[in-house]
Amino acid sequence: MKEVVIISGKGGTGKTSLTAAFAALAENAVLADCDVDAADLHLVLNPNVLRQSDFSGGRLAAIDPHTCIGCGKCAALCRFDAIALDGPGNDVVGKTYRVDPIACEGCKVCVAFCPVDAIAFEPAINGQWFVSETRFGPMVHARLGIAQENSGKLVTLIRKEAKRIAEEQNKTLLLVDGSPGIGCPVIASITGADVVLIITEPTLSGLHDLERVGQLTRNFGIRTLVCVNKADINPQMSEQIAEKVQQQGLTVIGQLPYDDAFTKAQIMKATLIEYTGGEIAEKIKALWRQVVYAAG
Amino acid sequence: MKIAIASGKGGTGKTTLSTNLAAALAHDGRRVQYLDCDVEEPNGHIFLKPQWDSTEDVTVGVPQVDLDTCTGCGKCGQLCQYSAIVAVKGAALVFEQLCHSCGGCMAVCPTGAIREVERKIGVAQYGGSNGVAAGQGVLDIGAIQSPAVIRHLKKGMRDRGIVILDAPPGTSCPVIEAIRDCDFVLLVTEPTPFGLNDLELAVGMVRQLGIPFAVAVNRCDMGDDGVVRYCRGENIPILLEIPNDRRIAEAYSRGDMMVNVMTAYRQKFIRLFESIVSLQIAGKETA
Repeated sequence: MKEVVIISGKGGTGKTSLTAAFAALAENAVLADCDVDAADLHLVLNPNVLRQSDFSGGRLAAIDPHTCIGCGKCAALCRFDAIALDGPGNDVVGKTYRVDPIACEGCKVCVAFCPVDAIAFEPAINGQWFVSETRFGPMVHARLGIAQENSGKLVTLIRKEAKRIAEEQNKTLLLVDGSPGIGCPVIASITGADVVLIITEPTLSGLHDLERVGQLTRNFGIRTLVCVNKADINPQMSEQIAEKVQQQGLTVIGQLPYDDAFTKAQIMKATLIEYTGGEIAEKIKALWRQVVYAAG
Repeated sequence: MKIAIASGKGGTGKTTLSTNLAAALAHDGRRVQYLDCDVEEPNGHIFLKPQWDSTEDVTVGVPQVDLDTCTGCGKCGQLCQYSAIVAVKGAALVFEQLCHSCGGCMAVCPTGAIREVERKIGVAQYGGSNGVAAGQGVLDIGAIQSPAVIRHLKKGMRDRGIVILDAPPGTSCPVIEAIRDCDFVLLVTEPTPFGLNDLELAVGMVRQLGIPFAVAVNRCDMGDDGVVRYCRGENIPILLEIPNDRRIAEAYSRGDMMVNVMTAYRQKFIRLFESIVSLQIAGKETA
């Protein structure tokens, strides 16, 4: 089984629309939406959820206001400014310490050093993840809770589950929609993948972001392909990107013109392949053949 | 006043809005600072073209074990929630990449065998151009602690005048770090199903943080009316609509700013700022 991950560095380059189109073209594939911060693939693929599970990426501290003696040891030790003297009072003190669950990183240091064992440390539910069926095959996806962390852990979980399904059902391909940026969820998406396809756009921002994310995939030693979307917005920049990409040791496998079919297909909840039989669909098919070839 | 420009979805125009807003305010003679908190992919410098006067290393503390003092008791590994330190064969072993710098291992070590050393994960840069004081954080490639770089960058935030914070995309830890102490959040979206879905997530986030907010719709004539209907239903003001104009896209691709290419936009951005101020004051009165 081969794993192909679509990422972009810069957001809004058409990554998810192209992943959905590839899903329509892929044969015998499992799909995974690892852009857990802003998951959109389900809007086009309309998955039928077969199984839903809670995701817990870690634990959170919570101070019991009845037991707290207000000594402040927890707040002094907390490196994340997550503890403040703004909890309700009790028989002993006028105010107790309180943990801000959004700022808490679940390090357990306050729990370990509280002299009166007033701090609980329970698993936090950070979101839900789903195993679903789509018209193009099985799909694993998630919804990260609002203002939650641990998105990297959730990405790792989704990929693991998608791989398990692929092996169980003898699928030959795992197609992953990654996230923008170069940080923790991106690294979790690409580690161990066979091929990464970066979707970029011909802007200075696109170029700048591509250089950074390309360096990341190169450091990981992953075969990296590049596609320039909306290439005709600035043909000169598209060429400049192609040169830069070559210098970096990556490969441009194609360019796509700006096409409002991207937006229209999205509104119809259809992939570009289903929405149009036009030139853009043919270009995407050619692109996909190259991706499949590179994956081996 | 601290205004964060954020969005769930990437590529909706956060940087376009933040840099143009900063430039328009500076042109209007106001004291303004722009901070690029999208430290994984900072792009504001492409448009504002600042000179960086100072560059500071951003470091995080990671444990270093003195093997002569370590007894291999394993208390550090039992406390560490990130598997960043474990006792193997009678000595503590550190995995720096996984460390969250909580300091727990040092605090719990009974023999004082652990001290903290600094590990570089990025830089924070400060400078300016054309009346805009600018700053940006840049995460080192391969590092994962974006929030720590944002936290460092924000130490250079001014107390007075207007501060515009260009937030990273998404709704998780780096965004929270960027917007948590701001006075107002402007959520940028585009009128498409993806834009709407991610806007709803972003609205949930700012509501949970309790920060007053409003919406700006970029490329407002390109998709459907889902975003406008959602905002109306939720009573969320839409403060700015920018049409899908090829001239804007082309200027962006070259690294030029709208307010310089189409100067009529200067006034629109000033008006945007004024409506943010009045909403923020109204929000304070009702709170």
